[in-house]
Amino acid sequence: MVSLAVFLLVVLACLLAPVFEHAVAHTDAFTSNISGTTVVDGRRVPVLTPSSTGLGLGVTPIGPTWDLHHYFLGADGQGRDVMARLLFGGRNSLLIGVLSAVIACGAATVLGVAAGYFGGVLDAVLSRLFDVVWAFPVYLLAISLSVVLLTSGLTVGPVHIEGDSLWLPILIIAVIYVPYVARPLRGQVLTLRGRDFIQAGVGNGASDLRILRKDVLPNVMPTVLVFLPLMTALNMLTESALSFLSIGVQPPNASWGTIINDGLGLLYTRPMVTLAPGLMIAVTAVALNLLGDGVRSALDPKARLRGAA
Amino acid sequence: MTDRAPRPDAPGDVLLEARDLSKHFPVRGRSALGGRQVLRAVDGVSLEVRAGETLGVVGESGCGKSTLGRCLVRLTDVTSGTVSFRGRDITRLSRRRLRPVRRDLQLVFQDPYASLNPRRRIGDILAEPMQIHGYGDRRAIARHVRELLDVVGLNASHVDRFPHEFSGGQRQRVGIARALAMNPKVIVADEPVSALDVSIQAQVLNLFLDLQDEFALTYVFIAHDLGVVRHVSTRIVVMYLGEVVETATTDPLYDRPGHPYTEALLQSAPDVEDEDAAPRERILLTGDVPNPVDKPSGCPFRTRCPYAQARCAQEHPALREVAPGRHVACHFPLVTPDGDPAPHALSLRSRGSTG
Repeated sequence: MVSLAVFLLVVLACLLAPVFEHAVAHTDAFTSNISGTTVVDGRRVPVLTPSSTGLGLGVTPIGPTWDLHHYFLGADGQGRDVMARLLFGGRNSLLIGVLSAVIACGAATVLGVAAGYFGGVLDAVLSRLFDVVWAFPVYLLAISLSVVLLTSGLTVGPVHIEGDSLWLPILIIAVIYVPYVARPLRGQVLTLRGRDFIQAGVGNGASDLRILRKDVLPNVMPTVLVFLPLMTALNMLTESALSFLSIGVQPPNASWGTIINDGLGLLYTRPMVTLAPGLMIAVTAVALNLLGDGVRSALDPKARLRGAA
Repeated sequence: MTDRAPRPDAPGDVLLEARDLSKHFPVRGRSALGGRQVLRAVDGVSLEVRAGETLGVVGESGCGKSTLGRCLVRLTDVTSGTVSFRGRDITRLSRRRLRPVRRDLQLVFQDPYASLNPRRRIGDILAEPMQIHGYGDRRAIARHVRELLDVVGLNASHVDRFPHEFSGGQRQRVGIARALAMNPKVIVADEPVSALDVSIQAQVLNLFLDLQDEFALTYVFIAHDLGVVRHVSTRIVVMYLGEVVETATTDPLYDRPGHPYTEALLQSAPDVEDEDAAPRERILLTGDVPNPVDKPSGCPFRTRCPYAQARCAQEHPALREVAPGRHVACHFPLVTPDGDPAPHALSLRSRGSTG
């Protein structure tokens, strides 16, 4: 499972962000260092120099030093270490991706299974609700919700979520993707419901709860588990897009999306600021998608038999 | 529990009874103007199942046999009519009230590949009814699971296997074991061997017969294979388009069918038993079964019946006793009140003329 290894490597690297910041980079990833200096090849150089060439964009930070010390990947427009920020940003990107995927899949399992199993009015209401959410273009809905909630925050009963909290993008992304998981699950439960082994449970007087727990959920879980890495990848991409538009993760927090945004003005002189987080997103998303495929074949009992034969 | 009568059922007591049972399914109207159409899967069926007997239910595909079976064990709600078990109406019982009845009333499914959850172990599947109905502690249940496997001819070491590790015949044995778990009175078997290889069918049928002797079971045996039904049944119900067209004890029905449809069914079955018999004129069923959404007027069989007359299109024949123990829904039954062949019965006349 190379994909799993790659993903875990990315996670591990991001978890080690504070260690990297203190032990290797020796800079603060979250404070500007506009007038600071650093040592490259034994010479003391300023982190930012006024630009004389290029497009006259003001200051140009130092580029990648490829020296596992200060400014491995160079500095961004405010003189901050890109590598350290990349790792810290990855934490948020992964956290949002994984948590929103877990929440989306969890809610989708409950709602999709309930709609498919109980049918009737509940199914009609839930299905129309899914349709309504599904009818919006994903990004349009995400952007609208983010813009509205960013300024005011979100208050649900006694719980108040500040506008700059990470929970806001997590919840928004989770809610948007619920129908994408719930609808296929509902369909699956609908076919399961007619299967004879469910009828056998009914014929033995099993309660709904028992049938759901023993017969429906075990048959639905593989689908959910396949969805989980796929949704994580998708949610990470959505998060990056929102953060890139500066309506996702709010400063001083960073995520891969915000770092790409930071590097936008430096694209011609210091492309690494944008490229590095872009590459991380791509690698992680590919790894997660392959992981989803791997989970699918690992959980299919017939596929396992075929593999053994 | 009061539902479990202490008194054993004497042979011949009516255990399970359907009265004027109907199950209609709504279908989408074909025409733009068409109102709500219904598919009459089971249409006014009345029958009795007596303790100790095996009631065979035969008919072509789509005649409502399986739906009838599911209504009898209350797996589907019925549209109208009643089902009663030991004289108690169970048609409208809630799921909770129905639970004690379900111990005594079990179904064996047609497709052994669909009736076992692929993600549960055999032991878990067999333990479920006992867990629901409170059989005893974990060890008592485990012991009974092994007994059940033994009873149906499987190895007690199979408890930890998954259904896909078994053949069709073995799976059907598991399905039978599950039905037996709470020592039921009546087992409704819905084409239990039709999905199996012919070589396996006989083994499973014999298992049914052995179990009947051992546990004093009463069967409702649904099948489209006349040979299978004859082998196991003591009494037979013939269904056509959701209605009962004939009921009789097995041998008289096979020897002298009373309803034209029964006659045609019997003749459509290849006769391998007496090779020496003279070739007889066959009455072949022509055309397809009419659409149960749009049933013919009068007698449902008249569109394919060789004896049909004008009266058949106007008047729906009621099921009536035409000879002792024989109920036929036909204006022109093929047996006389003495149980002899009626003079107009084609097959018997032709048999007489050629043989």
